Amino acid sequence: MSQAPPPTPGPSTAGPPAQHTDGVVRVEHLTKTFGSGPGAVHAVHDLSFEVRPGRVTGFLGPNGAGKTTTLRMLLGLVAPTSGTATIGGRRYDQIERPAHVVGAALEAASFHPGRTARDHLRVYAPQVGVPDSRADEVLALVGLAEVAKRRVGGFSLGMRQRLALATTLLGDPPVLLLDEPANGLDPEGIAWLRGLLRALAREGRTVLVSSHVLSEVEQTVDDVVIIARGQLVHASSLPDLARLARPRVSVVSPDAAALDALVAAHGWTVGASGRDGDAASYELLDVSAAQVGAAAFGGRVELHRLAGQDVGLEDLFLQLTAAPAQQTSAEAPAPGPGPAPVPSSTAPQTDAPAGGER
Amino acid sequence: MTRAALVAEYRKLVTTRLWWILLAVMAAYMALMAAGLGWSLSQGDVSTGTGDELVLTPDDVVRSVYTVAVSLGYVFPLLVGALAFSAEFRHKTITPTLLAEPSRTRVLLAKLGANGAVGLLFGAVGTLAAVVAGGGVLAAIGEETFLGSAATWRSIGLSVLALALWALLGTALGSVMTNQVAVIVVVLAFTQFVEPIARVVLSMTSWGSRVAAFLPGAAGEAVSGGSLYSATGMTSLLSWWQGLLVLLVYVVVLSAIGRVTTLRRDIT
Repeated sequence: MSQAPPPTPGPSTAGPPAQHTDGVVRVEHLTKTFGSGPGAVHAVHDLSFEVRPGRVTGFLGPNGAGKTTTLRMLLGLVAPTSGTATIGGRRYDQIERPAHVVGAALEAASFHPGRTARDHLRVYAPQVGVPDSRADEVLALVGLAEVAKRRVGGFSLGMRQRLALATTLLGDPPVLLLDEPANGLDPEGIAWLRGLLRALAREGRTVLVSSHVLSEVEQTVDDVVIIARGQLVHASSLPDLARLARPRVSVVSPDAAALDALVAAHGWTVGASGRDGDAASYELLDVSAAQVGAAAFGGRVELHRLAGQDVGLEDLFLQLTAAPAQQTSAEAPAPGPGPAPVPSSTAPQTDAPAGGER
Repeated sequence: MTRAALVAEYRKLVTTRLWWILLAVMAAYMALMAAGLGWSLSQGDVSTGTGDELVLTPDDVVRSVYTVAVSLGYVFPLLVGALAFSAEFRHKTITPTLLAEPSRTRVLLAKLGANGAVGLLFGAVGTLAAVVAGGGVLAAIGEETFLGSAATWRSIGLSVLALALWALLGTALGSVMTNQVAVIVVVLAFTQFVEPIARVVLSMTSWGSRVAAFLPGAAGEAVSGGSLYSATGMTSLLSWWQGLLVLLVYVVVLSAIGRVTTLRRDIT
């Protein structure tokens, strides 16, 4: 897998090549270094990926991975050190009426506390180019109609998230870039957000949602772009990612010879094996505990341990984004249709601190 | 697009409480100062710090009264302007602002425009408060109000203009200093201590007096055509159009610095 070509293609490599660039978010060899000299922070390093319309894409990585910096470069707020970030083939500041093309919510706190929800939207309406009545429409859409005339200072984090989302929807844009939109939402709010994002993607919009927790967006996204330490580690559809999450079984037998024969006979993939006197232990991949148990029972092999370990997506996510030193000890991810993770040797040795992302 | 940016900036100003609180305080303060000044200057026994006996024409008296906002109230439009950028950075609304208008030059110009308009409002209200209160006191104690004279109204009009320029200067200063606490401290310290002291100290020498005329406060007073400080003989002033130019130079220079420093930075 590590021999696979560099991870340039985006999540939907199986899809047709882009006929028209509208709505395609493209990041190419994007690099951002804050500061210079020994104190420089390599927030993003040679990052390339593509996000297609009509799908919800999860932009994932641990805190400090460079997600927010990448989004800010896409939006012209942070100047890239090198590389390009375009939306519909154009840099953000080259887009004629940007709010009609891209709706972006970067932090849930971008409000003047003394302004009402409605006034907040009315401030941006003229530049978005929509009448003031649109403010009431989007407030209704995000379920804030009843608090439209209340000052934002009294809003809960969840309400702020909804207002941030309302702001992005003012111009009815085909591309939505949302940074951690589920932060602070209650379970009901998360379910609502999920439904809204799915509906927006169904309308053919490009929806990019960042998160530091895969499980938070697992039920929402079609594609995933996973970064760590400012670099791409994985980009594929969610099912392709799931295929990397291989079940594994831990098995121990006091009869090493019998277990060796059993493993060989069934051709199971061995993740790891060990020996302690006559006893043998195996870590088997792509097989369930039930299958191994049945085979051992049938082959009359005595087992002292039989434990299935389902590698959940979250475990896989942690594994993919783990520090390079840990990653080398973990076994290589299974071959799959998705692009290869970046070889860990190219990863910068310094972890990007959280300051690089905020 | 530019018009939309102006409307957006104007709405940013008027949808918070700060502007009308400052406006109300300014109106009350200016009415009080004009009334007090109208009364005391008319008593004719005012002396300067140097002890020289003043000879003021009635015309000078009313001009000082009606344009008192330019001498003592310019901190209000200055503060409103100075907070335009710092409020955006403090509440992180600079992000949605730059998303709506990616051209940072246009954001700066729109802020100058909108704050200039609000500065006109502050100028009109502050000056009106001074004219009504000061004129009322003068009329009540039987002094000439000079409200029939064209020269008086010219001074009143220029007072409004000078105060609007202060809002522009504040906005330009705010583009350089985006920390809210810092900009408030600088504005208050400069207007309340630094410049008044500098003007007194500099006026002791002839070259210093010439330099003092280029300080922003002195330039603002020059625009409105002579007021409190000059009426009391402390400093000489530039002519009204020179004062206007000096203030505009401050605005342009500070805006240019803001554009290439604050507005060039990454917004993180």
